[in-house]
Amino acid sequence: MGEISLKGKHLLGLQGRTKEEIELILRVAKKMKKIVLSDNKKHPLLKGKSIINLFMENSTRTRSSFELAGKYLGADVINISKSGSSMAKGESFRDTLLTMSYMGTDAIVMRSSEEGAPLYATKCVDPIIINAGDGAHEHPTQALLDMYSILEHKPTLEGLKVVIVGDIMHSRVARSNIYGLKTMGADVHLAGPRTLVYPELEKLGVTVHHDVREAVKDADVVNVLRIQLERIHSALYPSNREYARIFGINKSVLENAKDDVLVLHPGPMNRGLEIAPDVAYGDASVIQEQVRNGVAIRMAILYLTIIGGDGSELVD
Amino acid sequence: MSLLIKNGTVVNPAKGQHEVADILVENGVIAAIGQNLQADQAEVYDATGLIVAPGLIDIHTHLREPGQEAKEDFHSGTQAAAAGGFTRIATMANTNPVVDNAALVRGLRKQAELTGVVKVEFMGAISKGLQGKELTEMGDLAEAGVVGFSDDGHYVENAAFMRRALEYSSMFGKMVIDHAEECSLTCEGHMHEGIVSYEMGVKGRPAVAEDLAVARDIMLAEMTGGHIHIAHVSTKSAVDQVRRAKAQGVKVTCEVTSQHLAFTDEYLRDYNTDFKMAPPIRSEDHRQALLEALQDGTIDAIITDHAPHAYEEKDVEFCCAANGFTGLETSFAAVVTHVLKTGILTIDEIINLMSTKPAQLIGVDGGVLEVGKPADISVLSLDETWTVDRNTFYTRGKSCPFDGMTVTGKAKLTVVDGQIVMKDGVVIG
Repeated sequence: MGEISLKGKHLLGLQGRTKEEIELILRVAKKMKKIVLSDNKKHPLLKGKSIINLFMENSTRTRSSFELAGKYLGADVINISKSGSSMAKGESFRDTLLTMSYMGTDAIVMRSSEEGAPLYATKCVDPIIINAGDGAHEHPTQALLDMYSILEHKPTLEGLKVVIVGDIMHSRVARSNIYGLKTMGADVHLAGPRTLVYPELEKLGVTVHHDVREAVKDADVVNVLRIQLERIHSALYPSNREYARIFGINKSVLENAKDDVLVLHPGPMNRGLEIAPDVAYGDASVIQEQVRNGVAIRMAILYLTIIGGDGSELVD
Repeated sequence: MSLLIKNGTVVNPAKGQHEVADILVENGVIAAIGQNLQADQAEVYDATGLIVAPGLIDIHTHLREPGQEAKEDFHSGTQAAAAGGFTRIATMANTNPVVDNAALVRGLRKQAELTGVVKVEFMGAISKGLQGKELTEMGDLAEAGVVGFSDDGHYVENAAFMRRALEYSSMFGKMVIDHAEECSLTCEGHMHEGIVSYEMGVKGRPAVAEDLAVARDIMLAEMTGGHIHIAHVSTKSAVDQVRRAKAQGVKVTCEVTSQHLAFTDEYLRDYNTDFKMAPPIRSEDHRQALLEALQDGTIDAIITDHAPHAYEEKDVEFCCAANGFTGLETSFAAVVTHVLKTGILTIDEIINLMSTKPAQLIGVDGGVLEVGKPADISVLSLDETWTVDRNTFYTRGKSCPFDGMTVTGKAKLTVVDGQIVMKDGVVIG
């Protein structure tokens, strides 16, 4: 403890991050959750710091949870969207970043449809860059909050069978979960149609399935990904009806899993497509709690990267 | 004036020559090749320890004149060529306007003679406006001196159109060069498809896109008797197919870029747009297949695919970046570093693939050192080690994957028609 510090480090993804770093984030998030649940949520550890949320894609939960996370910790937070900024007039990404960095910004939280955009940003400007999702690459805070949500119900991630179901190829949530969970020692399984889950992914040390029932067998955790409806147009799956019938997670499929299985979904959900409503709102679901945990994880990330330390000044 | 290049190792594959000798140049032509040549009035260049080769020829260059001179024009592009040891380059037709008519070729040739430092040849487009719909006036273009036909940058999608292009062009003895990547498989792709692209989340351009296109092109060449030249081959199956087709007597040739010989997709892991090109830098198994194809003679030429882009086209997020980068000033070093020093080819074989065979493919008087022939000569060091710095380039395109890397091999002297156009790294003219 105390040896690792994330101060001044960017959070671009979970690939290559150590177990100790992830454990530190999860430990501090636990303390942050106490703040989220308390009456007085203002805990001005980041007083005097400024954060820009640069969201070049639509978002409900990631953007508002980053905004609240910063505000709960006393930072000044502003939001910029692509359509409301000079990017809509054709200003380049580099120039947009330069403009932001010269306003005294400590951290830029960014969401982009372009893979690698956060890494590129680190080469353009000085502020800490926090990746809030880059194309189909990574969404590290989502994977961290997923792991956190699992650990509220399971003693460890080590050896847990976690099944990620859906459009793996286009999913940044899947990639960050794979990298993070593998580092934490989980037994990671991927499931979905052959067009959306490639067998070559087994090179990452995971198991690939195209039969959801088989994949879910004895699972501790099932993480259901959102299916993007426009994939039908690229012939990646034939119809919502068939997807729901073959790959949808419903009560009957879940019977193959362990009795205490947890169901996660990063949202937004297509209820009745990738997940049945009775599962989404059922006893195994932690989907709503994931949202609350998202705020705690993002508070931990902002605190650890901007201030550093190990959270010892926070109550346990 | 006359020039005496002394004590160099003359590597002249067309004559099977590899020996220490002097070369005397007078009135723009080679006057003598031999031992202990003397010429009182001549400028003497001491080539001791250096290779003296027929001028390097790049048959796949993109200059941006006309239309996008801010990226590159004949002057800056040919300066880069001279710096890299090239005495002649053949430019692709995808300019604005497209080089798809004889009048334009004649005008551009004049302009290139006026402002160019090395010799410039022109590829004519296969289709008007590169639209893949109407054939260009190939007879006219051939008369105006184009050295081949290509819609490079675009795959000729329509098979029936490609059939006609191969049939019609065969009357003029010019090859048809295809950028072979089946578009329905590459659309929106930005790098080689494989585990690296999967990890990065970047949409891929699968090898099979090239394999399919090459298979079609070879079949059409076999049927029509036309000469198909596959541009920048990059896959194992592509070179396998070319190898088999050659053995069956199909008129097929192919070329490889120096960067496909040097790099793999692992270099793209940090989303560096300097490595982004089409066809993409592929995985190690494909790179090994290209090296084998170099060794067994399947590949006919090593090219640069020099593609200068504006700073703002490459300084963007990875998927937004333009394909291609500069190569004229690094290509020879790349080949020495990754093909010669690794024992894949000898210097004689390299000169054959960078000068002699390219000259034959485009049908020009070059690629050989011979008394009475134009004195296009490259003097090359195989031992000089240097660090690539894009800021020192003559080309206006500053994107280059070799930037910052230490490489071996450097052009020392470039002579075009007897005139020194580059000496010790400094371009004259």
